[in-house]
Amino acid sequence: MDFWPTLYVFVLASFIGLGVIRRVSRLLHTPLMSLTNAISAIAVVGSILVTGGDYPLRIRILGAIALFASMTNIVSGFLITDRMLKMFKTDKRGEGNPT
Amino acid sequence: MMYGVSQLGYLVASALFVFALHWMNTPATARKGVYAGVAGTAMAVIVTWAEPSVIHHFWIIGAIVAGFVVGIPLSKVPLTAVPQRTALSHAFGGAAAGLVGTAEFYLRLSEGAEALSSFRMVALIAEVLLGYLTLTGSLMAAGKLQEVKWVPQRPVTYPFQNLSNLLLFGAGIALAIAITLHPTAPWAPLAFAGVIVLSLLFGILLIIPIGGADMPTVIAILNSYAGLSAVAMGFVLDNKLLITAGALDGSSGLILAIIMCKAMNRSFTNVLFGAFGQVKQVKATGEEQVYKPETPEGAAQVLEQANLVVIIPGYGMAVAQAQHKVRELYDQLKKRGITVKFAIHPVAGRMPGHMNVLLAEADIPYTDLVEMDEINPDMPQVDVALVIGANDVVNPAARTDKTSPIFGMPIIDADKARSVFAIKRSKNPGFAGIDNQLYFSDRTWMLFGDAKNVIGELVKQLAGSGMH
Repeated sequence: MDFWPTLYVFVLASFIGLGVIRRVSRLLHTPLMSLTNAISAIAVVGSILVTGGDYPLRIRILGAIALFASMTNIVSGFLITDRMLKMFKTDKRGEGNPT
Repeated sequence: MMYGVSQLGYLVASALFVFALHWMNTPATARKGVYAGVAGTAMAVIVTWAEPSVIHHFWIIGAIVAGFVVGIPLSKVPLTAVPQRTALSHAFGGAAAGLVGTAEFYLRLSEGAEALSSFRMVALIAEVLLGYLTLTGSLMAAGKLQEVKWVPQRPVTYPFQNLSNLLLFGAGIALAIAITLHPTAPWAPLAFAGVIVLSLLFGILLIIPIGGADMPTVIAILNSYAGLSAVAMGFVLDNKLLITAGALDGSSGLILAIIMCKAMNRSFTNVLFGAFGQVKQVKATGEEQVYKPETPEGAAQVLEQANLVVIIPGYGMAVAQAQHKVRELYDQLKKRGITVKFAIHPVAGRMPGHMNVLLAEADIPYTDLVEMDEINPDMPQVDVALVIGANDVVNPAARTDKTSPIFGMPIIDADKARSVFAIKRSKNPGFAGIDNQLYFSDRTWMLFGDAKNVIGELVKQLAGSGMH
């Protein structure tokens, strides 16, 4: 297997990550953490392949547990990030509900 | 044909993830970021599920439903519990990577030597090592944050701790090298199991010497590990979406950890191997110093006269769940035309950004939350600095006392304000066990008690005096 292209992707994606994250507002570091957590639960891809493939039962059990764990992170990660972000408001109180 | 479609799906998902993080740069666009993230994830799931090799659909549906059943309640925890929820989700992420890595190894083993090239073996071991280490490490961190009974809160240290950890780590690396060189040897499966056990052990050993005040850094580091384990999985599966998403997560954790370390003037190695809590037996100073206690009545009168009030929240505010009372105080002061700002230290609380989220929950506009570097030049003009359950982040010893363990740490200069009120639960020193000179300054008055009650009293006083 030629692993050089994947290494390129890793290095370049890390640079993009460093550049983008550096500009994230400090106010939002907690939601940022739950958001990246949900995004990195993209391990769900590997879990689906292992769970759904034509493999021995014990392998698929490992996959199903991994899929459950990733799915939990996806669901709770995105929901709680949105819940937190909804709370960040500018000073609009007294002018009725902004939403 | 199918290959092209799935690769296109992964590519679009990668782009969506980059946009998701990009939109986090301001609160105004941040929610768009969540939608982009959801869209990217959904696309990746659908594309993967449609792969012809995926045939056991009931299993997948079952696991996904279970994920929703657990995930939805986990997203509804009170915001004071967000640090431990975050640690727990790092544990889940680590577990997923570790388990998939384990499954992959035993699968490829049956396919023979060519399926286990050296590169793939290195990636597999990295995935398993990072995955399981993150699993137990994050569980320990979550336990410490939740104050679970059987998880020690104080840093645990013992003689030769770093040396024995290092030896254990060496043993793990030796095993890893042996498997990489001889992946099909008869002892390889057993050695692989050994790596798993050692990784699980590392996670525990890495976290037990770390104290509560260092949790923001540790959570950020674990975040980074969870991302890197996803990267390793991407290398194993040759999937560029996994690598991209994992790298984004990994660099995010890294940047947060660096910010946290800078905000404490400490290095990574010092946080991880320094066992902060143990050095803290600072000798008592010669003369006995006395606090000047104040009553809420007196404090309220001073607050009323102020033009500019800066509130400095710390972990104590989170523990007392005082943020809603703080908001009432904020309203009372605002009503009198007093300018109120919140000074946020990067490591206040137990995770990056912890205070901002709590104050936003209490409906305080984020435009009034000010970073340490921005507020410090203005501190001499501040009439009243109100310290709520913060300690080390306002300790002037960080600027003046070379012998102090926190010397050099950037702090919020509360001591430069014209007067200071500090709300404190007890007369004991704070978490790090360091005496705080701020409390003994002649401009400082102490309000002892639970933050929520004390602020409640302040609000009552202000509301009462407003009537006549």
